[in-house]
Amino acid sequence: MSDRPDGQARGQPPRRVGGGPPGMMMMGTAPKSKDFGGSARRLLGRLSPERPKLVLVVLLAVVSVTLTILGPRILGHATNVLFEGVIGKRLPAGVTQQQVIAGLRARGQEQLATMLSGMQLTPGAAVDYAQIARILSTLAVVYLLSSLFAWMQAYVMAGIAQRTMYALREDVDRKLARLPLSYFDGHARGDVLSRVTNDIDNISTSLQQSLTQLITAVLTVIGVLIMMLTISPLLALISLIAVPLSMFVTLVIARRSQRQFTKQWAKTGDVDGFIEEMFSGHAVVKVFGKREAAIRHFDEQNQELFQASFRAQFLSGTIQPAMLFISNLNYVAIAVIGGVRVANGTLSLGDVVAFIQYSRQFTQPIMQTASIMNTLQSAVASAERVFELLDESEESPDDALPQTLATTQGRITLQDVSFRYRPDTPLIDDFDLDVPAGETVAIVGPTGAGKTTLVNLLLRFYEIDGGRISIDGVDTRRMSRGGLRQLFGMVLQDPWLFRGTIRDNIAYGREGATEEEIEAAARAARLDHFVHTLPDGYDTMVDDEATNVSQGEKQLLTIARAFLADPQILILDEATSSVDTRTEVLIQQAMSELMRDRTSFVIAHRLSTIRGAHTILVMNHGSIVEQGTHDELMARRGFYHDLYASQFTEALDEAS
Amino acid sequence: MDPGTRRSGIVRLLSTHLRPYRREIGLVIVLQLIQAIANLYLPTLNANIINNGVVTGNTAYIVHTGGLMLAVTLLMGVTAVIAVYWGAKVAMSLGRDVRASLFRRVETFSQMEVNRFGTPSLTTRSTNDVQQVQMLGVMSLTVIISAPIMAVGGIFMALRMNAELSLLLVIIVPLMGVVIGLIVTRAVPIFRSVQQKIDGINRVMRETLGGIRVIRAFNRTDFEERRFAEVNADLTSTTLRVTRLFALLMPAIMLILNLSTVAVMWFGSLLVGSGRMPIGNLTAFLTYLMQILFSVLMATIMFVMVPRAAASADRIQEVLETEPEIADPSAPAPSPPRIGTVEFRDAEFRYPGADAPVLSGISFAMGPGEVTAIVGSTGSGKSTLVNLIPRFFDVSGGAVLIDGVDVRRFRQEDLWSRIGLVPQRAFLFSGSIADNVRDGRHDATDDEVWHALEVAQAADFVRDLPGGLEALVTQGGSNLSGGQRQRMAVARAVVRRPGIYVFDDSFSALDFATDARLRGALRNEARGATALIVAQRVGTIMRADRIVVLAEGTVAGVGTHQELLETCATYREIVYSQLTPEEVA
Repeated sequence: MSDRPDGQARGQPPRRVGGGPPGMMMMGTAPKSKDFGGSARRLLGRLSPERPKLVLVVLLAVVSVTLTILGPRILGHATNVLFEGVIGKRLPAGVTQQQVIAGLRARGQEQLATMLSGMQLTPGAAVDYAQIARILSTLAVVYLLSSLFAWMQAYVMAGIAQRTMYALREDVDRKLARLPLSYFDGHARGDVLSRVTNDIDNISTSLQQSLTQLITAVLTVIGVLIMMLTISPLLALISLIAVPLSMFVTLVIARRSQRQFTKQWAKTGDVDGFIEEMFSGHAVVKVFGKREAAIRHFDEQNQELFQASFRAQFLSGTIQPAMLFISNLNYVAIAVIGGVRVANGTLSLGDVVAFIQYSRQFTQPIMQTASIMNTLQSAVASAERVFELLDESEESPDDALPQTLATTQGRITLQDVSFRYRPDTPLIDDFDLDVPAGETVAIVGPTGAGKTTLVNLLLRFYEIDGGRISIDGVDTRRMSRGGLRQLFGMVLQDPWLFRGTIRDNIAYGREGATEEEIEAAARAARLDHFVHTLPDGYDTMVDDEATNVSQGEKQLLTIARAFLADPQILILDEATSSVDTRTEVLIQQAMSELMRDRTSFVIAHRLSTIRGAHTILVMNHGSIVEQGTHDELMARRGFYHDLYASQFTEALDEAS
Repeated sequence: MDPGTRRSGIVRLLSTHLRPYRREIGLVIVLQLIQAIANLYLPTLNANIINNGVVTGNTAYIVHTGGLMLAVTLLMGVTAVIAVYWGAKVAMSLGRDVRASLFRRVETFSQMEVNRFGTPSLTTRSTNDVQQVQMLGVMSLTVIISAPIMAVGGIFMALRMNAELSLLLVIIVPLMGVVIGLIVTRAVPIFRSVQQKIDGINRVMRETLGGIRVIRAFNRTDFEERRFAEVNADLTSTTLRVTRLFALLMPAIMLILNLSTVAVMWFGSLLVGSGRMPIGNLTAFLTYLMQILFSVLMATIMFVMVPRAAASADRIQEVLETEPEIADPSAPAPSPPRIGTVEFRDAEFRYPGADAPVLSGISFAMGPGEVTAIVGSTGSGKSTLVNLIPRFFDVSGGAVLIDGVDVRRFRQEDLWSRIGLVPQRAFLFSGSIADNVRDGRHDATDDEVWHALEVAQAADFVRDLPGGLEALVTQGGSNLSGGQRQRMAVARAVVRRPGIYVFDDSFSALDFATDARLRGALRNEARGATALIVAQRVGTIMRADRIVVLAEGTVAGVGTHQELLETCATYREIVYSQLTPEEVA
């Protein structure tokens, strides 16, 4: 019953059978795991807090399965009593069983005589209903208990599986909080997301279903085998031949269909991906005349998908008939041999009836095991992906006794700072910068010049490799990360909102802010007026995809957040993306007000900001290439001069 | 949606798409019928073995009947495999054909229909919803067809074995249906809510990952953890509820099956004992009972599946039955020479049923060698205006003419081939860099591709990519930055060498320097072409030959920068919000 929204499931292994009801004769792909044994053990290890409950589950399963297995045997007794009654009634009353058999032999009915000699007959007596009633009530109780225990087992197991998954999700979430930023910069967001959701989801469903089924299946096979052997070793032997045969057939077909399923899901991914791509780029597809080609390509992919899914469906569909065939062969063999032996008197009719039922119970768990193994493989592969994340190395711990600043002036000093993202590509070496409190540093450079690097270092999203960064004389590495970041306020170009009210989103700036403080911050950020035009005011729900709030207004909201946080040092990222002109004015006003009397680092795109800055850091290809005031840098006639000239003369040129 | 129309959606979908496979479906039904009959015959044979062979001690009869059973078994196996073959083939063909119909239909849609459904919804309908219908097809052609046959046959045979004992079915079958139905119907809404909670987890996770810098900068990791713990606990408890409910299902089914056996055994014993039924029939009856109940189980599963598949079929059918509003004219005008003129003649656009038009009274014309810019605040209708040129939307009044002919009288392919569009969202396709540029013109040489990239200021970063022109672009261009995507989209239009360039806010993600260089190069490249530029930045458009100022869907002014500065208040307001006076001058 998984009806997942697309975007997130697409393309990320493991794929699960799309929307099919669970437990049908469908098999998902089992993505290959690198270390199946190790990951499986570790996954089982996650269950260890639940050990007592697991023991209970196994005990409940043992009881339930034992009772289920006893059923046919008891039913067989009832059949025997009935059969003996039926035969007995046909015989004249008053004679003994021996006399009857001798009489039959005398008349040459050797076979019938032999059969009767194996029974406990009371000639002339009617069917012993009292005994049948006794046996059947016992049977009813046995079945009732068996179902009760089976239910309890599944009930307890549900708790185990869900609690384990809850803990796993919590662990992953906490882990994410401790991972350094380089992890997030180096991994696709979709991939991380898929590990937390799809993979854990996959483990959860598999664990719930497979573990219970596996326990039951194994116990059933063992129990049924014992019962069969006690009834008739010969018939048991015949049934046993069916076991390797079934396993062999299942394995052969399953392996082939598995390949086709893998192919089917790969093709499904291709087709779904293509559809999504073509639909998203609909306008471009049309206007550039790609339609014919798109349809041609789609038809090819669609046909390949058809081929793979048809083969997969057909192959896996033959398992059931093949098993049924083997099971029916077995049935015929038992009916014939059993019938002959009953006729010979070496076996009772009830035993044959019981045996037929057992042989039916025997093949089913074997078929099940094949599909369980498959599900488990996929679960372990998912678990491995989750464990990989849990094993990533974390940020270095904060100092045990971190230094704090009593009052912050906001003077920032960088001395001999060296940093590189990759050990083999030097980026920043022996960099010095002194920013007196309240001054503004503009970071400029062409698109993709690595202007966020400095931000990463100031906030210790990344650790410097050499030198030191200090705030009011205190080395930032001696502060706790939390304490350090509290000194900063940040407004990013890409405003980040979480689902909640506008009030919640502003209040994010500082925990425990009062209503007045929030509205004051909104007023300072020029957001207040806009909020009042919304029907729900500050209670309007927003999120990242919200359309009721424009991009510019979202930016004002993040500025309000920074006002509320009231930090001594600011990091601002001027927007390049299009915002309508009126909002643009508001943003500029709000930003300059925010920057007043605060030390600010601005990733700048506006000429006015750049020229107003006390220091300009010019970046290119990741490193700082020039540093100075606007006039100094212009006089130097270097990279900045060219950069500035290219855009400013252009503007002049156009204006003239 | 009421059940009546819901059914008709799936009926219409299946009847159109299954018609080509009538014969195969007929074959599958016949095969399933044979299988069901054979399946029902087996217990009878077994009963015969007991009644005529075992009870009388006739070994020869046992062996003879056994041989017959073997033959029946073999027949069953063979028919089953053939049935699965054709069943799978038809079901998968159904999926393939529905997908193909959908894809072809959507490809005929104009932007109007695409917007109405939304891209994500169209995608879901073509993927997940088709899966649902296909799954129903598989189930129908394998188990569901045989279920009623088995049920009817089973009841018939049970009646033959003993009519009195069959009365038990009247109690057992409804009981089974009701119990399963109760559990399943109660579980389905919870399943749906589980899905919502999973979406909740995804949302919080996505937000957390997206805002990782903000969260850490504001020191709010603990707040995020609380939020996650909340949705996590919520999901866990809901999932627990539904799995616990489902834990009841199998034991309940087993209990009904087993207790039925006990009841049949008891009442059967009474009948056998009083000589009203041979003992062999009792065992056979039990087998039939199991078959009947299995069919009931299947029927219940079908009841769960059909509504879901029907809802999917409805969503698919809705797309298939949507006629695109914009299509090629039945009698297109003769293709005019490619000059490059564009004229808006009192153009008006309103969404169907909307009170107020988005655009009205738009009139201006432009010709080769001219650069026309459109400015205006968000919501003033700039993008809509641009969309009228390639007929993504049709005017609701007035006309748009290209090369002197109303765009509605063009063959669409002809119309589009005249335009080099750089859309607002620079959409790229998966494939190589070269493939993406060549989407503009398929026979462009490598040199021409490089030239286009140079003009678009994309050559530098393409050269830096491993593989250069052959470097792979992922779906939607997600492995490139916004600015790189925009430059690629420009290159795609440039390589086309169109008579008319349309830039719909195409430089927004570029920094000033790149923006300026790009425009400089474009000016040389597109010297003889007509260019229409929508922009937010005044710096981008100041030098245009003609600036059209839009305000609330109408033209507030047309003229050059200097003219508008003097005459148009809206324009002045826009300009002074962005430039210092010395820059304006």
